[in-house]
Amino acid sequence: MGIGMRLFSKAAGLSEYRATGAVERGGFFPNHYDLAAIALVLAGLVLVVAGGRQMTAPMTGLESSPISLDPANLPAYALRTTLRMFAGVIASLVFTFIFATLAAKNRKAELVIIPTLDILQSIPVLGFLTFTVTFFLGLFPSSQLGAELAVIFAIFTAQAWNMAFSFYQSLRSVPRDLEDVTSSFHMSGWQRFWRLEVPFATPGLVWNTMLSMSGAWFFIVASEAISVGDTSIKLPGIGTYLSLAIDQADVRAVLYAVVAMAIVILLYDQFIFRPIVAWADKFRVETTASQARPRSWVYDLARRTRLVHTMTEPVGAALGALAMARLPKLSPTSPSKPGTRPAASVLGKALDLLWVAIVLAAAAWGGWTIYIYVRETLTLDDAASALGLASITLLRVISLIALSTLIWVPVGVWVGLRPAWTERIQPLAQFLAAFPANVLYPIAVIGIVRFNLDPNIWLTFLIMLGAQWYILFNVIAGASVFPNDLKEAAAVLRLRSWYWWRRVILPGIFPYYVTGALTASGGAWNASIVAEIVKWGDTTLKAKGIGAYIAQATTDGDYPRVVLGITAMSIFVIVFNRLVWRKLYAFAAERTRLD
Amino acid sequence: MLMNAQTVSRAPLIEVKGLRHLYHKGSTPDLVVLDGVEMTLREGEIVGLLGRSGSGKSTLLRSIAGLIQPTSGTITFGGAPVVGCSEGVAMVFQSFALFPWLTVLENVEIGLEARGVLPAERRKSALAAIDLIGLDGFENAYPKELSGGMRQRVGLARALVVHPKVLLMDEPFSALDVLTAETLRTDLIDLWSEGRMPIKSILMVTHNIEEAVLMCDRVLVFSSNPGRIDADIKIELPRPRSRTEPAFRELVDRVYAIMTKRPSKPTREGVFPGTGLGMALKYVSSNTLAGLLETVDASPYNGKADLPHLAQGLQMEIDDLFPIAETLQLLRFAEMEEGDIRLTPDGRRFARGEVDERKRLFGEHLVTYVPIAGHIRRVLDERPSHHAPATRFQEELEDYMSPEFAGDTLHAVVAWGRFGEVFAYDDQTGTFSLENPT
Repeated sequence: MGIGMRLFSKAAGLSEYRATGAVERGGFFPNHYDLAAIALVLAGLVLVVAGGRQMTAPMTGLESSPISLDPANLPAYALRTTLRMFAGVIASLVFTFIFATLAAKNRKAELVIIPTLDILQSIPVLGFLTFTVTFFLGLFPSSQLGAELAVIFAIFTAQAWNMAFSFYQSLRSVPRDLEDVTSSFHMSGWQRFWRLEVPFATPGLVWNTMLSMSGAWFFIVASEAISVGDTSIKLPGIGTYLSLAIDQADVRAVLYAVVAMAIVILLYDQFIFRPIVAWADKFRVETTASQARPRSWVYDLARRTRLVHTMTEPVGAALGALAMARLPKLSPTSPSKPGTRPAASVLGKALDLLWVAIVLAAAAWGGWTIYIYVRETLTLDDAASALGLASITLLRVISLIALSTLIWVPVGVWVGLRPAWTERIQPLAQFLAAFPANVLYPIAVIGIVRFNLDPNIWLTFLIMLGAQWYILFNVIAGASVFPNDLKEAAAVLRLRSWYWWRRVILPGIFPYYVTGALTASGGAWNASIVAEIVKWGDTTLKAKGIGAYIAQATTDGDYPRVVLGITAMSIFVIVFNRLVWRKLYAFAAERTRLD
Repeated sequence: MLMNAQTVSRAPLIEVKGLRHLYHKGSTPDLVVLDGVEMTLREGEIVGLLGRSGSGKSTLLRSIAGLIQPTSGTITFGGAPVVGCSEGVAMVFQSFALFPWLTVLENVEIGLEARGVLPAERRKSALAAIDLIGLDGFENAYPKELSGGMRQRVGLARALVVHPKVLLMDEPFSALDVLTAETLRTDLIDLWSEGRMPIKSILMVTHNIEEAVLMCDRVLVFSSNPGRIDADIKIELPRPRSRTEPAFRELVDRVYAIMTKRPSKPTREGVFPGTGLGMALKYVSSNTLAGLLETVDASPYNGKADLPHLAQGLQMEIDDLFPIAETLQLLRFAEMEEGDIRLTPDGRRFARGEVDERKRLFGEHLVTYVPIAGHIRRVLDERPSHHAPATRFQEELEDYMSPEFAGDTLHAVVAWGRFGEVFAYDDQTGTFSLENPT
């Protein structure tokens, strides 16, 4: 049920052959696969170098060569956008390895990190941007690097929490007997980390990275061209190209941007996403019979090339040696001592309490600081109006999820029960989910302007433009794995129409639906910041809602209102998650699981 | 036979003295998992730890491996106390515990790698171990491509390659099908008898009596609650042993008799009657109970059966059969003694009864002989609403046992109460009531 998981699965007939492993075939001369692989690797290197050099160009260079709508520039812009994306992924990975590991290994760190991540997850991604832009620009006043870092940080906030959670959960659920094996072989903590814990966590981490990455395209497009008060960023990239096209009301340029974005996502899926997923599959600890293995022609190609193998083997061996390096033991891997626990736990509990008290005090101080800061300019009325606006947006999110459910659940079930259709539609749905919907906004806005429609109603649809596909592809996934014997039993019992829906298929796909709807709801809240206020040329359309409120405050550089708006939205998201989604999840896990 | 246990004068490899293991959680009283365990493992012998699930035999094995630390008592390996995992032991796991992302060769190499053995050398040793254990040709396969038997061979090779003195095996064959397990047992014993393995002795946990008699030089029988060593039986049959030999059958019968003898004094907790609310119960389906009653009632048993014979006829292992028989004993539908099971008059009546008769009998016995069931029923009768939340009983049980055991016990009582129509239970609200849906 992944975004792009089975994107264009019939990519190449190459995958028919099982990789035979280049080692056995011997010989040193490159074979024909090597040529293709080399071309790909070199092209990748050239692109990284070219893009990287531009990134550190001084700020003045920006003004002398402004963004142009010439489509010939689009490949270069797309490259810059993609590089930012990868910089964000790398930053998120570093964050994940440090903080998730810390949380899993150290109980005091866990007490702080996990709740913090939970909250950070609920804060709208674009909310961070307002603050980080000024921060990073102040850090590097004379270079473009500050602006780049601000955008990369936005991507980071769209990915890191999710990835860290996944990694933490995997670290906490490493199978007990494998742990026993590592202790019985006297592995050090370092060796165990690289030999057991990281491999075990890899499939989940890869999966979550890819999921967040798909969502991050949206934010990168939204953050490349942004104004916070007097500070304005216009970094060369697809997002900036698009915003210029909007300013100039250039329909043709918008279409170019759509095409460029589609190509970028396609390439990223084929060359990055699928090879990594195919590779990560071997780390899966299989408990049930395996479904179809993820395949990637790029991965198969790389595995079959002799030269790539020869080149990567020393690197792999070196990394392996590093992973198994016998570092001096920091903490001896002492087994648990049930006997000594009572005495230790009294002291441990006291320390925990102290630690919690310190953390709470720090949090209270932080809350007070925010309060003081906001109080200077804002009154209680402002807070009330922010909550009111948040309610309006909540109404939007709920009604749109209801609408998407009504449309896409039947469609998804229909498609999912027909394997031939699933094969064709599923990649498309996943592609659409990864496609940043804000690139399509101008097209919708043109329609609203043309027909003079009420923005309060019609802009609502924009927030689900991208998010609805999560519901569709999750329902398709759920319906396609619905057990055949249950299908047959329902047919034999002659269950028909509404009864069949209510008793058979809806409970069957429910866990998948909840996953899809939860993702869609998160996406919708985030999208509201860019979707409730849109522009086309000189026309600005605005809907009432907390998203528009935050966006407006950001443009005005009104920080207290940004803080207030983000707080209101975060509270709504958190409460909604706790009251609705968590309950539905628990229900799905307990009642309708099919295993 | 290069190595054998005939000579008692052999040096002790592992000595366990006064070993005690407490399960301790929150404010609940300690659950004694192991108590006063003494044992010695000498060079050249295969010793089996035999007992029912929950008798602490795995806990003993893990303590010897250094994976867990006992509450009190000492374990010495070659004269030195065991702290953490000792270098001289290697372990084979019931679940194989192979790294799915490593090939067979890499899995076998990993123990050497952790010790910093150089690549060329460890490859040589690993290939030798793979060769010894009959895995040639599978070096580059991943565990998921292998059958269960092949996977356990990898587990064995991985343990042997580090040249341990003692091989610890935790129910190594119980996840395998009957035929595969037998092949692996035979191969292992052949290697042992021919002295081709680099090890000095083997300590294995099993719940299969025949397996223990087939493979071991000595069998230590565990009793449950708390776990103790009940008997130390020498098996002096010459190898290769045959399951059909009269001497073999006799030994199997003897072990059965030891394992089914009535406890001399009432135990504090456990599945035996007369212990009040603190009795931990394990769920056994009412269909299974009825099935066993019917089988023993019918010919050729006619109400009284020899347990080894019965187990063989039903193709069950003691771990499957004992919980059923014990539940029947608890409900006073049957009695166990000296390796026999005998039905009570009510047991025979149940076996011949129709559904309604069975339900009535079962309900009566449940309320009378299972204290927690009687307790729930009384509470429901006394309350005007005839409703009570499950959490209440869960908490009461937790005064005597761990939350996990309390949960299991409640689960069993719910299922039996439903079958005997003693009370109803609503899983969604978590409440007991007297209203049976009509």
